[in-house]
Amino acid sequence: MFDNLSNSLTSAIGTLRGRGKLSESNMREGLGEVRTALLEADVAYDVVEEFLDRVSADAIGAKVLDALDPAQQLIGVVHRELVNLMGPVDHEIPFRSGDTTILMLCGLQGSGKTTTCGKIARRLQEQGKGVMLVAADLQRPAAIEQLSVLGEQIGIPVHTPQDHSDPVAVCKAGVKKAKKDGIDVVILDTAGRLSIDEELMAELSRIDRTVSPDQVFLVVDAMTGQDAVSSAKAFNEALEIDGVIMTKLDGDARGGAALSVKSVTGVPIKFMGTGEGVDALEEFHPDRLAGRILGMGDVVSLVEEAQRKFDQDEMQRQEERLKSGEFTLEDFKKMMLQTRRLGPLGKVMGMIPGMGGMQETLAGADLEKDINRLFGIIDSMTPEERRNPSRIVDQTRRRRIAAGAGVQPQEVNDLVKQFDGMASMMKGMAGLGMKDRMREVQKMQSAMGDPSGRLGRPKGDTGKRLTAEQRRKLKKQREKEARRRKRGARG
Amino acid sequence: MALFRFGKSASESSSEGEQPVAAKPGVFDRLRAGLSKTAQVLNTDVRDLLKQEGRHVDTPFLEELRGALVRTDMGPSAAEAIVKDVGERLRSRVVDPEVVVESIRRTLSEKLAGTTGDLVQSSSGPTVILVTGVNGSGKTTSIAKLTRRFTEAGLRVVLGAGDTFRAAAVEQLSMWAGRLGADIVRGDPGSDPASIAHRAVAQAVEGSFDICIIDTAGRLQNQSNLMQELGKIRRVISKQIPDAPHEVLLVIDATAGQNALSQAEGFKEAAGCTGIVLAKLDGSARGGVIVPVAERFELPVKFVGLGESADDLATFDPESFVDAMLEGVLRP
Ligand SMILES: Nc1nc2c(ncn2[C@@H]2O[C@H](COP(=O)(O)OP(=O)(O)O)[C@@H](O)[C@H]2O)c(=O)[nH]1
Ligand SMILES: Nc1nc2c(ncn2[C@@H]2O[C@H](COP(=O)(O)OP(=O)(O)O)[C@@H](O)[C@H]2O)c(=O)[nH]1
Ligand SMILES: [Mg+2]
Ligand SMILES: [Mg+2]
Repeated sequence: MFDNLSNSLTSAIGTLRGRGKLSESNMREGLGEVRTALLEADVAYDVVEEFLDRVSADAIGAKVLDALDPAQQLIGVVHRELVNLMGPVDHEIPFRSGDTTILMLCGLQGSGKTTTCGKIARRLQEQGKGVMLVAADLQRPAAIEQLSVLGEQIGIPVHTPQDHSDPVAVCKAGVKKAKKDGIDVVILDTAGRLSIDEELMAELSRIDRTVSPDQVFLVVDAMTGQDAVSSAKAFNEALEIDGVIMTKLDGDARGGAALSVKSVTGVPIKFMGTGEGVDALEEFHPDRLAGRILGMGDVVSLVEEAQRKFDQDEMQRQEERLKSGEFTLEDFKKMMLQTRRLGPLGKVMGMIPGMGGMQETLAGADLEKDINRLFGIIDSMTPEERRNPSRIVDQTRRRRIAAGAGVQPQEVNDLVKQFDGMASMMKGMAGLGMKDRMREVQKMQSAMGDPSGRLGRPKGDTGKRLTAEQRRKLKKQREKEARRRKRGARG
Repeated sequence: MALFRFGKSASESSSEGEQPVAAKPGVFDRLRAGLSKTAQVLNTDVRDLLKQEGRHVDTPFLEELRGALVRTDMGPSAAEAIVKDVGERLRSRVVDPEVVVESIRRTLSEKLAGTTGDLVQSSSGPTVILVTGVNGSGKTTSIAKLTRRFTEAGLRVVLGAGDTFRAAAVEQLSMWAGRLGADIVRGDPGSDPASIAHRAVAQAVEGSFDICIIDTAGRLQNQSNLMQELGKIRRVISKQIPDAPHEVLLVIDATAGQNALSQAEGFKEAAGCTGIVLAKLDGSARGGVIVPVAERFELPVKFVGLGESADDLATFDPESFVDAMLEGVLRP
């Protein structure tokens, strides 16, 4: 799987070998080759550009570690960013207790919806759920028979339409029947449709409104090219999808569409189809996929080794800097990056003894986003400013940095102030292990009066009026959240 | 062996269809509509570039051009070739829209030159067409469309339901056969597709049919057992009619990206594909991957699929494909 991308990335990165240290210029060249490799893997053009921006933002500022050759270092960054882009993932399908959970599958023609309905039904059946399928594709010849045959194969009832005219009515009747029969999960198999087919997209929205599915999944063919972006966007706009299932990953498609779809919809890729049989459904793991993208055997272990070395060296370096009181914002950023690599921040913190409560507090906060805001601010600073923020960041610099990071000047101010206090406390942390150190950071942050552990968050009122467009977006987002809560609610 | 052109637009056709043909726009109108979506992306992108008066062919311009081209799925190297061509000849000059468009048009036309081709017809006895491709690409529907074309031309068609694997695949083809008035040879689920092919060809010969089209189960080009099965089907057919199959079509989904290259390579090698049907070109996908596919594997694109009904098929014409892609640019 993904052999081709692995090969092309490997060869792209391979050309960087033996060129001494990773300089800004030879990395740029190498990234150009990674770009070609990603485009050949069908990652959407704009997503590739964005991805490379992130990679270079991460890599360019960092000093080259002596222990690594430039290729290893770049692999580490590319690998990590691939994982970041495709994660985090959530394989749970939330169920209603005491009520019927409604799942709906949608997607382009031939993407694998019907087959995937069978696979999900099978999976849930194995988990002890009572499942029913609803054949709502009245378009494709023998689509109903196809689902019926699948249902028979796995011993799951299939609701088939009485008359062949209205899929909305079919879904409604199917759901009604499922509820009457006390079925745990009912799965709606809809007809394939083009995202530009307004009539059929409107029909999908009608089904959505009529039966209010708890979860809507978009089924995407792993062979999809650049169009992945526009179709995923259209389906997400019409339906607010909750998850993506990528099919046909048993082929040699490089599967770059996974990156595209994730980055335009923001919804997790939950499962992947790896064959035509009803059992060929696997949970999607971004790290594994990134590993596959970079090459299974050698390259992955190479990356891991690079990562380990990288972390070790970096730790040591930080130790020294902490001891000598030279802790800078740059170091802070590196430390947070390392922490993030251990897993989603919320989770990692929960694993630390005594941090359970912290995790609760963090539940609603978009920690990743906040951290990225901070990184944005740090990235907009000159090296000198990162070393000595409190001494040299004046009003003019503050404005410039804020503009560069797209934040309010006050946020820059907050970061600088908090860092000041932090840097002195950091000295006391020298010699502590990673987890202990993180605990210290947490303590420190709460001591600074921000219980969520968030730094430099904009105050409730930024004094800025929202434009009509922003208000509309905000409203939409709130509605979406409310809807999600409703969908995810346990009965 | 003689060549003949089955190409005929639905609007020209006089015979009655399952739906009144006259009520629908002609196939070529729909082709244009389909392709103009392709063109739209390219056009809006390219036109936005060109609108900026006095703009030079500089690096940002070329990067934007590259983005517009890559979004058609033609792939980074085909796009690079075009960008390079534009860059070399026009760098630092003020951009002349006509020149840029003409240059792109010429490069694409060159790449697609020789990729047209009529269906090969057997000089005596039935013409046998084997239809292959990856899962869900549109094989069965394309067979329905071809059948509609043949029956409208007054030819008698027998279909072989060679997808004995996918649930209800036989029923799907049977429904089409019923609607289109074609005969069908079918077997039990799981039965050997080569034996279906054998029986279908035998029936075509014995019943003096003009056309025999064999459907196959979808398969991925890296599944070597299943790819070998295609070779077996071929051999079974050739044993009955030495120069058959006369056409082995590869159905490629227009939403496919660069994997279509691997598909073309794998299916050409295993099944001896002679041509391509580019299905689902009515969507927002641009099907640009046929540019490198046609170039590298010398596989002519014979038809494009433009919808889910039996009428939604058009012959592929590289000139108009390219023209349609660049239509708005040529005539803003
Ligand atoms: N190899 C492979 N084939 C798949 C997978 N998922 C679906 N398919 C095949 O893709 C084709 C289209 O699937 P189907 O469920 O009918 O798609 P739908 O039109 O979206 O309902 C069928 O031949 C399926 O067997 C997968 O994960 N791997
Ligand atoms: N919009 C559109 N859909 C198509 C086209 N060709 C096939 N389809 C749809 O794609 C799906 C898969 O087609 P099918 O012929 O069953 O694919 P097969 O698995 O390769 O035989 C079906 O829902 C078809 O209706 C086309 O040209 N345009
Ligand atoms: Mg289906
Ligand atoms: Mg089929």
